[in-house]
Amino acid sequence: MNSRYAAWGVGLAALIALPFVYREPYHLHILVLILIWSFAYTAWSIMGRFGLVSLGHGGFMGVGAYVTALLWNHLDVSPWIGIPISMVAAGVLALVVAYPCFRFRITGHYFVLVTLALSGIVLQVITATRDYTGGSLGYTPDRARSGSGLLALQFDDKTTWYLIALFVWVVGLLIWRWVDRSMSRYAMEAISEDEDAAAAAGVNVTAEKLKITLISALMTALAGALYCQYQMFISPDTVSGIAVSLQMVFAVIVGGLYVSLGPTVGAVITIMLAEVLRIGFGTKAVGWDNLVYGVLLVIFIIFLPKGILGSVLDRLKTQPKKT
Amino acid sequence: MLAVEGLVKRFGGFTAVNNVSFRVEQGEILGLIGPNGSGKSTIFNMLSGTLVPTAGSILFDGAEIAGVAPHRIINRGIGRTFQIPRPFHRLSIFENVALAGYYGQGRHSRAKADEAAERALRMVGLPTDRHASVDGLGAAGLKKLELAKALATGPKLLLADESLGGLDEHEMDQAADMLRKIRDELGITIIWVEHIMGVLMRVVDRVMVLDHGEKISEGLPSAVAGDPRVIEVYLGTDADSSQIAAAEARRKAGV
Ligand SMILES: Nc1ncnc2c1ncn2[C@@H]1O[C@H](COP(=O)(O)OP(=O)(O)O)[C@@H](O)[C@H]1O
Ligand SMILES: [Mg+2]
Repeated sequence: MNSRYAAWGVGLAALIALPFVYREPYHLHILVLILIWSFAYTAWSIMGRFGLVSLGHGGFMGVGAYVTALLWNHLDVSPWIGIPISMVAAGVLALVVAYPCFRFRITGHYFVLVTLALSGIVLQVITATRDYTGGSLGYTPDRARSGSGLLALQFDDKTTWYLIALFVWVVGLLIWRWVDRSMSRYAMEAISEDEDAAAAAGVNVTAEKLKITLISALMTALAGALYCQYQMFISPDTVSGIAVSLQMVFAVIVGGLYVSLGPTVGAVITIMLAEVLRIGFGTKAVGWDNLVYGVLLVIFIIFLPKGILGSVLDRLKTQPKKT
Repeated sequence: MLAVEGLVKRFGGFTAVNNVSFRVEQGEILGLIGPNGSGKSTIFNMLSGTLVPTAGSILFDGAEIAGVAPHRIINRGIGRTFQIPRPFHRLSIFENVALAGYYGQGRHSRAKADEAAERALRMVGLPTDRHASVDGLGAAGLKKLELAKALATGPKLLLADESLGGLDEHEMDQAADMLRKIRDELGITIIWVEHIMGVLMRVVDRVMVLDHGEKISEGLPSAVAGDPRVIEVYLGTDADSSQIAAAEARRKAGV
C-alpha cells in the first residue's frame, strides 16, 4: 500500500517537473489536451461504470464551454465566475433530464436514447442561436483587453496551461477514488444489478443515481470550459454533440471502465489517434477518427470489456498468484 | 405495532389481495400461510413499499405507510427478505450486508454499518470475512444472506418471505429456530410467510391463512390447523392433512 502511494507521489512529482525541463510546445500542447480530455473521460466513467451509459455528456461539455464564453464576451463575466455558472447550468440540465428518467425507471437502452436526445438538443440550440454562438462556424472568446490574462483565464504560456490541466486531472482522479471508496459505490453497484433489492436495503435509488449523475455532469462542464479557455476556439463538433459523446464512451471503454487511470489511457489513445490521422492524412481524414472509434468500440466491447488498462492490471494481479 | 385495514391489490383486472385486515402485536411471530399464488408476497410487497396498494391502510407504529417509498419504510423499521434471494453479485457477502446496515439505518456512519453487518452475519451464521464472494453460497446460504441483509437494516418488524423454500428438512428446522432466536434475542417482531405449514406451525404464535387473496382463517396454530376451510384449501393443493397433523404433533411436543 505504501509503495503504491510512493509510486503515485513520484509519478506526480515527475509530471509537475516535466514542463520545467522539457519545453517543446507541440508536445506540451498534446499533453494539455490529453489531461483535459482525461478529466472529461474520468467524469463520464464515474457514471458509466455503474451502467449509466450517457450519450448526453457532449451536451454538458458544450454547456460548460459555450456558457462560459458567452458570459465573457457579452456580459464581461470573468471565467472565474462564468465557469461555476456554466457548471451549475449543466448540473440543472442534468437533473432536469435525469430526474424523470430515474423516477420512472428509464434504464438501459432507453436511458441511452434519452441522453442521446439531450446531446442532439444542445447541438441544435447552439446552431439555432448562431447569431450569438457562431453556429457551426465556431466561437472564440474575446481576447483579454488588459495585459494580464489571469482575470480572463487566458494564458499564452503552455506551461501554465499544462499545470492547470494537471491539477484538474488530479482532482478528477481524487473524485473517482472518493466515489470508489464511498458507500455510494456499494449502493450504485447494487442499483445497477437490482433496483428493488437496493431499495429494500434502504437505498434511495433515485437520489443515489442523481448524485452520481450530478457529479459527473459538473465535472464534464468544467472540462468543456477549460477546453474552451485553452483552445480559445470552440465549435459544436469539438465540444458538443453526439460525436463528442461517442468519443467519451469509446475512450473510457478502450482505456478501462473500472480502473482510475482507465479513462486517462483512453485519452492518450484517442488523442494520439486523432493526431496521427491529422498529420498523416490532413483534412482528408476529417471524421475518420469517429469511424475508427466506432469499429474499435465494437471490437473492445466484445473481446476486451475491461479495457486495455483493466485487462493489463488483471493480468498483473493474477500472475504472481500462479507462480 | 402493525394494523392493516381493508388492504386491496389489483393487477389490471386481477385481484391478488382482496380486502385483507389484520394486526400484529409487538414481539409476536405471525405466520402467514396459503397456497402458491394466494397473495402472500404481494402483501409483503405492499408492507415494504415495493408495491402501492390499490386500496386500504397500513398503520405502522400509528403512522400510515401505505404507498410510502421503500427506503423510507426500511428506515422506519420494517426489514424484509425476498422469496427468491436477490443478492448483489458485484459486492462481497460482507458488503451486501454492510450496504443494508448503512442505508437501512439512516446512513449513520460506516463504522456502525460494519458493526451491524458483523452482528447480522454472526446471527445467521455466515462468515464475517470482508471479501468472501456471494457466488460461493448455496440455497441455504443465500437465504441466510437475505436474512442478514434484512437484520442489518435494524428492523423492529421483520418480513420473512418463504425462508424455507428450497431447503432440506434439517435446514428447515435450522431456519425456523433462527427466526425464533431473532425474536427472542433481538426482540424483533416477525411476520413469516410460507406456503407449506410444516415447521412454521411450531414456531409461530399466531397464524393467518390466505386463499385467492382473501383471509380465510386466523388464530392459534392448533385452532387454524383444525379449521375445515383451511384443511379444504390444503387438501385441494399440495399439502395434505398428514402434513398438518405432523406439524401439530411437533408443536405439542413443545420443540
Ligand atoms: N407484479 C405482478 N403483476 C401481475 N400479477 C402479479 C404480480 N405479482 C403477483 N401477481 C399475481 O398475484 C397473485 C399472488 O401472487 P403472490 O403474492 O406472489 O403469491 P404467493 O406469494 O402467495 O405465492 C399470483 O396470481 C400472481 O401471479
Ligand atoms: Mg410468494
